[in-house]
Amino acid sequence: MLTYLVKRILGMIPTLLGITLLSFFIIHLAPGKPTDVMTEMNPKITPEAREKLEKYYGLDKPIYVQYGMWLKRIVKMDFGESFSTDRRPVIEKIWDTKQKLIDRRLFITFFINLLSMFFIFIIAIPIGIFSATHQHSMFDNISTVFWFIGFAMPSFWFALLLMMFFGIYLDWLPISGFKSMNYESLTLPGQIWDRTRHLILPVFVSSFGGVAGYSRYMRSSMLEVIRQDYITTARAKGLSERTVIYKHALRNSLLTIITLLGLSVPGLIGGSVIFENIFSIPGMGQLFYMSVMTRDYPLVLCILTITAILTLVGNLMADIGYMFADPRIRAK
Amino acid sequence: MKRVIFLLLIVIIGFIGAGCKGKAGQGPAAKGAVTTELESSDGEPAYGDALIEGSIGEPSILIPMLASDSASHSVAGQVFNGLVKYDTDLSITGDLAESWDISPDGLIITFHLRKGVKWTDGIEFTADDLMFGYKTIIDEKTPTPNKEDYLQVKKAEVLDKYTFRVTYEKPFAPALASWGNAVVLPKHLLEGKDITKIDFARNPIGMGPYIFKRWTSGQEVVLDSNKDYFEGRPYIDRYVYKIIPDSATMFLGLQAGDVDMMGLTPIQYTKQTNTKFFKENFQKFRYPMPSYTYMGFNLKHPFFKDKRVRQAIAHAIDKNEIVDVVLFGLGSSATGPYVPNTWYYNPDVKDYEHNPALAKELLKEAGWEDTDGDGLVDKEGQPFEFTILTNMGNSLRNNTATIIQWRLAKIGIKVQIRLLEWSTFINEFIDKRRFQAVILGWSLGFEPDQYDIWHSGKTGEKELNFVSYNNAEVDSLLEAGRRTFNMAERKKAYYRIQEILADELPYIFLYVPNATPIVHSRFKGIKPTPIGISYNFHKWYVPKKMQRHSMMEQ
Repeated sequence: MLTYLVKRILGMIPTLLGITLLSFFIIHLAPGKPTDVMTEMNPKITPEAREKLEKYYGLDKPIYVQYGMWLKRIVKMDFGESFSTDRRPVIEKIWDTKQKLIDRRLFITFFINLLSMFFIFIIAIPIGIFSATHQHSMFDNISTVFWFIGFAMPSFWFALLLMMFFGIYLDWLPISGFKSMNYESLTLPGQIWDRTRHLILPVFVSSFGGVAGYSRYMRSSMLEVIRQDYITTARAKGLSERTVIYKHALRNSLLTIITLLGLSVPGLIGGSVIFENIFSIPGMGQLFYMSVMTRDYPLVLCILTITAILTLVGNLMADIGYMFADPRIRAK
Repeated sequence: MKRVIFLLLIVIIGFIGAGCKGKAGQGPAAKGAVTTELESSDGEPAYGDALIEGSIGEPSILIPMLASDSASHSVAGQVFNGLVKYDTDLSITGDLAESWDISPDGLIITFHLRKGVKWTDGIEFTADDLMFGYKTIIDEKTPTPNKEDYLQVKKAEVLDKYTFRVTYEKPFAPALASWGNAVVLPKHLLEGKDITKIDFARNPIGMGPYIFKRWTSGQEVVLDSNKDYFEGRPYIDRYVYKIIPDSATMFLGLQAGDVDMMGLTPIQYTKQTNTKFFKENFQKFRYPMPSYTYMGFNLKHPFFKDKRVRQAIAHAIDKNEIVDVVLFGLGSSATGPYVPNTWYYNPDVKDYEHNPALAKELLKEAGWEDTDGDGLVDKEGQPFEFTILTNMGNSLRNNTATIIQWRLAKIGIKVQIRLLEWSTFINEFIDKRRFQAVILGWSLGFEPDQYDIWHSGKTGEKELNFVSYNNAEVDSLLEAGRRTFNMAERKKAYYRIQEILADELPYIFLYVPNATPIVHSRFKGIKPTPIGISYNFHKWYVPKKMQRHSMMEQ
């Protein structure tokens, strides 16, 4: 098993390299340069000034040379400086050690996604099981319709509706942001409570679509499993329905979910881009959106690399989870 | 197991429910209270309260000379002052400079600085700081798109602690306004440091009405009032620049009391803020922005070489219709490259009224007539058909193009519209002159010098006279306008330029949009002028009884 793990981890390296190579070329293929924002259609800029700026950012070199230079720095864990006018190291933008942990962008995105995953897991699985064991019941039918609506609803629109209802009409929850105006003057429990209130809507929105999807997967996977012969055997030998479902069927039906969760990391981070913008959550998704818009190559690539690593780690965790859930794989 | 999960669900629901109840009644959004407060009279100016301005973009750097985005400039503008500034009538008045002399030949400007102005760390501001800032901006190693105006300076010298002199090669009228950009930097803090690598950029020390306090990335920039500000302590104690990247969210924030001030879109201004709630709690403002939108022709293209064709198109278009439909009436039709209510705007130039019959006549004169009965005018067997290019993602321009397309179809001209991504549009089409007509806009501030846009020497690649306009009289007038500091002479030159442009129509000047900010009504002392509303921000105040935020936090 250990050799298997080592092999898996080593296998991740070429994949990661491939991802960075593709990302690098694709982002440079997009029309426009980081200096465009400053120079295009600006009466105060001369051609010499433009060239100087491009040279300053190293944009005058051929693209493969730029990739080589970038890769050389990455190996030393140096992600370079941002191309925006502040010229800060990109790592500092994502993981600012001068800020409190809770205000660091990567942490915020990671934390919210972890929370969403947690909620998706503990809500979707029971719903899926219940729908499967009570197939075609009233609950099953209603939840089918409900979750399909949830699945189909664009999250940005849903978010705005929730903000209007809870933020303005009822005035219970803050609309946006990650802390209140008077945050600094609150006591510690007050501060935790303040953050929690700001998190309720974003976490709800980001997990809602997930719950909708995963409860469906769980339902169909469970239906599949309870039709198997060994479930009939379990019932035949007189086990209680509860033992049959939760001991024998659940573990096998979870296999699908584990695989899917492992693959869901890029989707979740993609979703962060949307809800972090709508809710003004200062996470990595928001930063990613801004950096793409200004063609801030080092920052875009750094975030893509981090996402790639997280995805690969997610896949690895799924495989490990698989080993625990499925004895057949463990045996190999 | 089942029970455990069920219990967990109950706990979660309970938790959400509790979360909701917590806020009722507390917090700034207690609307009832605000309404009653407003019924009381205006009240005396008082110190205190905070203003929260919503912004889509986040500042990038707070050193004005390095910044190239509007968010950075609006925050840095509260922390730093320039030597001069625009007065409400758009003339130039002193800021850090008390006065200045211009030598009779217009080559030398001598600034006399205000005495006793202090950086907020207590050190006095002197001409050395100005020299230091000037040297930094012209330095090879300083990456900034803003240095062009300063490179015109031949010699800069510090005469004494409060006197600074610059000498130019040629008289250069826009030079004076250029010293309004904050070029000053605290020499005692920054000397010998690499300006691109300093903490100062995110933690600046200035001498303006507000002092930098805190910047939380992606969330807010907080400034506190400078109690020793040389024009008097600002009334509003705190200014918060809140970053909300989604404009629908920001608009909701306005209703919830999270935002006090923001710019409205035309639809928000005309439709969504007409409710009782907004009328009672907010004040809306409206003034022309120093920018305009135009349809530019490629004057090298055979279709558009003839002035009569351009005039015909102008007569076919109804500008007021565009303003009404596209901007919901929040703008005015443009007659030239300047904005109404400015000293260099010529109100008497000819405008082209909507008159399709006249348009057809003009086309006929120019040889364009529908000879084959297909509904399109043609000349020498070629039908009049062209493409308007504009950039993607700008619905105002896109809608304008559609209306023009429809109007021109009525006089027998077929128009295609093509939307392009901004960089592609500029690099592949504008720069290479691969276009017939474009819809674009200029936003140019309050300096009337438009040498780069209209001078016939500025038609090279990447230069801004991309329509290839060439008129000897305009060339000499542009030259004259930038070589004298005499307002009357400048005015004469710019008036004449507008007359010529209105006749020759290298562009069809379409409209001047309005800025439409909204501010919470507890803020008093706001006086709209041609330069906007925020010029006297340090004099805005909230009467004691209406103050919403107390500055307990230190």
